[in-house]
Amino acid sequence: MWEQIRSNKRRSVTLVMLIAFILVVLGFVIGEAVQPGAGPFGVAVAVLIWIIMSLVAYFQGDNILLAVSGAQEIEKKDHPQLFNVVEEMTIASGVGAMPRVYILNDMALNAFATGRNPKKSAVAVTAGLLGRLKRDELQGVIAHEMSHVVNRDVLFMTMVGVMLGSIVMISEIFLRGLWYSGGSSRRYRSNRGGGQGQAIMMLVAVVLAILAPMIAQLIYLAISRRREYLADANAAVLTRYPEGLASALEAIAGDDQVLEHANRVTAPMFIANPFAKAGRFAAGLTSTHPPIDERIRILRSIGGSVSFQQYDAAWRKVRGRERGVVPSSALAQETAQAVRPASEEGEQDKRQRMREAGDLLRKVNQFIFLPCACGLTLKLPPDFKKDKVSCPRCHKELEVPVAQLATAAQLGELMAGQTQAPLRVAASKAPQTPPSGPPLHVTRQSNQWTSFKCACGQVLHLAPNDPAPEVTCVGCGRKISVLNR
Amino acid sequence: MTPMLVLLAILVLLVIWVIGIYNGLVGLRNQVKNAWAQIDVQLKRRHDLIPNLIETVKGYMVHERQTLENVTKARNLAAQASGVAQQAQAEGNLNRALGQFFVVVESYPDLKANQNFLALQEELTSTENKIGFARQFYNDQVMQFNNKIQMFPSNIIAGAFNFQASEFFETEDAAEREAPKVSFS
Repeated sequence: MWEQIRSNKRRSVTLVMLIAFILVVLGFVIGEAVQPGAGPFGVAVAVLIWIIMSLVAYFQGDNILLAVSGAQEIEKKDHPQLFNVVEEMTIASGVGAMPRVYILNDMALNAFATGRNPKKSAVAVTAGLLGRLKRDELQGVIAHEMSHVVNRDVLFMTMVGVMLGSIVMISEIFLRGLWYSGGSSRRYRSNRGGGQGQAIMMLVAVVLAILAPMIAQLIYLAISRRREYLADANAAVLTRYPEGLASALEAIAGDDQVLEHANRVTAPMFIANPFAKAGRFAAGLTSTHPPIDERIRILRSIGGSVSFQQYDAAWRKVRGRERGVVPSSALAQETAQAVRPASEEGEQDKRQRMREAGDLLRKVNQFIFLPCACGLTLKLPPDFKKDKVSCPRCHKELEVPVAQLATAAQLGELMAGQTQAPLRVAASKAPQTPPSGPPLHVTRQSNQWTSFKCACGQVLHLAPNDPAPEVTCVGCGRKISVLNR
Repeated sequence: MTPMLVLLAILVLLVIWVIGIYNGLVGLRNQVKNAWAQIDVQLKRRHDLIPNLIETVKGYMVHERQTLENVTKARNLAAQASGVAQQAQAEGNLNRALGQFFVVVESYPDLKANQNFLALQEELTSTENKIGFARQFYNDQVMQFNNKIQMFPSNIIAGAFNFQASEFFETEDAAEREAPKVSFS
């Protein structure tokens, strides 16, 4: 895999130089067309624009992408299975540091990963994906995303995307300038002569300004598609289970919903083309992703043992090509590994999965969870203003519990440092009165998502099955002990 | 004068090349050690999870004391084992004890639906997977390192500085290769 990274880097450099060349030529030609002798100045301006955009993209690229997609960071207790799967893939890929995990506020099925280096990466998954995929399929998707991070695809695609953006921008500015100055192109006429030579230059500049964005886009898309195949191969090798990713892609392909927050620039980052509607032919030269059914077929053609060579052979068979897609340096030094059997899932059925994903989405969107004694859990939207609500099943009046001050008896036990008491007082260390007042506690009524209010009014949530004996209020910093009923 | 300069330049390049390969070998060897330590981390994690498991099921499985005791004993032995061979054997025993345990669990439908138990089962499954992936990663690193040591031209330098090939992590016993099946079908 390391060979592949190095080979990717080499290919990247070549293609980057190609696009850089286009950028420089464009700058020069436009400069010359505006004013003879201003060619080098045009180059300088083009390069400056590119440098500024690159710096912004490099340092803030992932944060921008996460913010634009509406991603919310989650912790392990919010969805242990997702975290476990990401941790497994972290170990398998040798990335070194666990990525930040985000959830996207969307019921469409998609995922992406960002990160300019593997130590500081992030993985984002839509709630729809989380609710729909089985464990093996989720593992395949996360493996694919983390392969992008490990192969430095993210960094590469960002840089190339920025270059493409610069080319497009420069071309647009130039062409628009021409258009608006209309017939009397006085701005573009030079007093120092030039005449016919300059007219030709102008023509070249216009042609290039139209063509350059197109060419650069084609290069960009070709790179993007190739990288997707390689990430698929990498995921199959990491998980030793290509069927996982194949069935995940099948589920994604069969889903009709369109992702809300995607745009043309961020599209390559997602696992499936966010603009493809199911059943429409959304592939070819102008697509950032290879056609999804082809990806599925390739993965399913891999036999009982998986390696880059096997994927390459399957790719060649399905596409009927002579040359493969995997760089030869990656094919050289590896042995095929046996495909593992499917992992067996517990009693959880599909509705339970969807419910968990939905709950996570609600928690992240500040819903309020009120478990009722009759077994129903009410989930109130954040703009629910009333104090009390009646349970639809048993008609009992419920309100959001407020963390209580410890009673004198409980305080006494805390002071005595006892950790075993009938009420299971939280096993906190020897009491230091927190700066913000006497200790608060809340009693947990059910093992589901539960909400309560801190003394400062902040609504806090307790995750299901979370054994943590205390929580810290995000509003005021007080520590609140959690007691189980 | 010029031939001397050329010779000097070649010598310098040679030294740089040797340094480069040596550093590469050292880096790979450290990767191998790191990967080995990762396996240990995951094994310890499994040891830490097992007491929770026993606690969760105790209320349900009152008649299965022997099975629970077997698991606890196997776990304690594995936690104390030292040395690769002893560790591998202890972990194999633990696998078998856990396998028996889960067979027994299948006859307790209340337990299978219990939320705490399901969460714990997810953690155990994940830990088994992580142990598997850690081993996989370790073996990949070993293969890379061994390749570098044995292939030309880096084998010259490896021999000169006495780099030893590492061992793959293989379990001897075929039964140990199977992770305990956590199946509830």
